[in-house]
Amino acid sequence: MNIWLVMLIAGLITFGMRFSLIFLFGKFEVPETLRRALHYVPPAVLSAIIFPELLFPAGQLDFSPANTRLLAGIVAILVAWFSKNTLLTILAGMIFLFILQVLL
Amino acid sequence: MGEAGKNFWEGVRAEIPLLIGVFPFGMIYGALALGAGLSKDASQMMSSIVFAGSAQFVTTQLVSDAAPALVIILTIAVVNLRHMLYSASLAPYLKDLSLKWKALLSYLLTDECYAPSILKYEETGVKPFSHWFVLGAGVALWSTWQVSTALGIFLGAAIPDNWQLDFALPLTFIAMVVPALKNRPMVAAAVSAGVVALLAYGLPFKLGLILAALTGIVVGTVLENNKTPGRAL
Repeated sequence: MNIWLVMLIAGLITFGMRFSLIFLFGKFEVPETLRRALHYVPPAVLSAIIFPELLFPAGQLDFSPANTRLLAGIVAILVAWFSKNTLLTILAGMIFLFILQVLL
Repeated sequence: MGEAGKNFWEGVRAEIPLLIGVFPFGMIYGALALGAGLSKDASQMMSSIVFAGSAQFVTTQLVSDAAPALVIILTIAVVNLRHMLYSASLAPYLKDLSLKWKALLSYLLTDECYAPSILKYEETGVKPFSHWFVLGAGVALWSTWQVSTALGIFLGAAIPDNWQLDFALPLTFIAMVVPALKNRPMVAAAVSAGVVALLAYGLPFKLGLILAALTGIVVGTVLENNKTPGRAL
């Protein structure tokens, strides 16, 4: 896979979406259902990445307490919920993972 | 200073509070892209070619997972669909601009540029130079994103491997998702997508990711239509 080609196509798609309705103004309306569906894109896509990252740390489903990434992920979810702070969430998860690894 | 300049700097000033959040985010991206195996050049150039925070993070994750190009491109398309909303929302205010201006402002139209711009337009309506405000906000964001990416690449190269920096990516996503879970359809979208992603983990070409994302989007939309008809978030 050529990363440059992927980036170029990704860039064109991103630009195309930003440009689309500014360019087509008056010729096309976004249907209400699509407008609503778009709100669910970020949580859906990101959760679809997060869950396997936490539960398949080594390519195998691992629900055990020895799964340090799952434990650190749960800590990060709690910190994110209460603080709503990006940097704090990342730091808490990383530090907790580090501590677990030293302990286990 | 002319009216154009005044509007431009007003846009820059409106963008500054957002930049405080953007700067560390750009640094994290730069460090992670390098950690995921992208070259320094590719990591830096993605910030100007794609210029979309969450899409860049997702691309970095998929590159490190060795996902096929087509899956990466499809995923980016899904992640960036929301930009069509911004495009639709700003379109009436930009309709009289030249094609060059429309293209330039579209390139700069990120989440963080959209937010102050739409507020400005809703407050003052279209004035002869208000598009310079959007340009100011966009340019301020663009420059910050490039500089913070470069700094992240620079620092990322110095971080030892045993820090498991790759884990910062899912943590970043957690930090983005969790605060958005404000109602049941949002929670249902996130959980159903996550569960399908686990069940479909074995599918080839990372297709499980796309299947899971589509499931979450449908679940959230259907639940919202049932519970709170006619009310968008």
